[in-house]
Amino acid sequence: MKFIAEIDVMPLKEILDPQGKAVKLGLRNLGITQVEDVRIGRHITLELEAADENTARQLVETACKKLLANLIMEGYTYKITSLA
Amino acid sequence: MKFGVVVFPGSNCDEDIIYTLQHTLGQEVVKLWHKDTDLQGAECIVLPGGFSYGDYLRSGAIARFSPIMEKVVAHANQGGYVIGICNGFQILTEAGLLPGALLRNNGQKFICRNVYLKPQSTSTLLTKGLDPDKTYKIPIAHAEGRYYADQETVKELHANDQILFKYSSETGIIDEASNPNGSLENIAGISNARKNVFGMMPHPERAAEEALGNTDGRTILEGLVAQITA
Repeated sequence: MKFIAEIDVMPLKEILDPQGKAVKLGLRNLGITQVEDVRIGRHITLELEAADENTARQLVETACKKLLANLIMEGYTYKITSLA
Repeated sequence: MKFGVVVFPGSNCDEDIIYTLQHTLGQEVVKLWHKDTDLQGAECIVLPGGFSYGDYLRSGAIARFSPIMEKVVAHANQGGYVIGICNGFQILTEAGLLPGALLRNNGQKFICRNVYLKPQSTSTLLTKGLDPDKTYKIPIAHAEGRYYADQETVKELHANDQILFKYSSETGIIDEASNPNGSLENIAGISNARKNVFGMMPHPERAAEEALGNTDGRTILEGLVAQITA
């Protein structure tokens, strides 16, 4: 079966995100002063082949833990959908 | 002492460190290609600066899966010496050979300028021979150099005397003003607990010749060679 994993990797809350800070400033300059916080991460999509959703989930977990996210500085969330 | 300098696609300080080790310090050096699976008998492995694999995903994240890295990790685990400079330091943290991580500079910018380093650890080979009351002028050139580790890890770094250098002023004051990138506690370099793996963001190899107007980096590398070969 084919699956699509949509993964979001975000900097941990306690870590300063200079990119987010700079973009917040940019938004302010644009006149959008209502924005209180900006955090910038990475969106990754994986197309993968697996016997079932559980197997796909395990593969994605391993990929996130070992490569896609650095758990010292980032956290990850994901959604898996099967391509019928 | 035989040094092995690893060349990854995107390394750009490999020739500088090879020149310094070979010509300036008179050491034997072999180049190790990232696809190699043999350290060719090198006793001290150097991971040079640069942008291995284009810094894709995170600095050092892809390089650590290079075939040569498996051997480098095994070498380190057996107590062999490994030193990472700049991108090399980032690779060592990604590979789990050094604790913590290097985040984007708090000022967002790539910083390329001289900084002053104050040696900290008196028990690690890289800093043992240095004057702890002096500061050393060494250039940095990075966008991701903000050292970060959780509190528990930082406690351990202190307890084991693993902090090699801190960013300071010329006169040795360690404060926010002398911190170029927002590193935790101004940390510029660390070693592992066993003290055979070293990582630092500043580039001693870029300050190792009179012709470059600065030889403080040579002093640091000379100290390392002297301690390792002692």
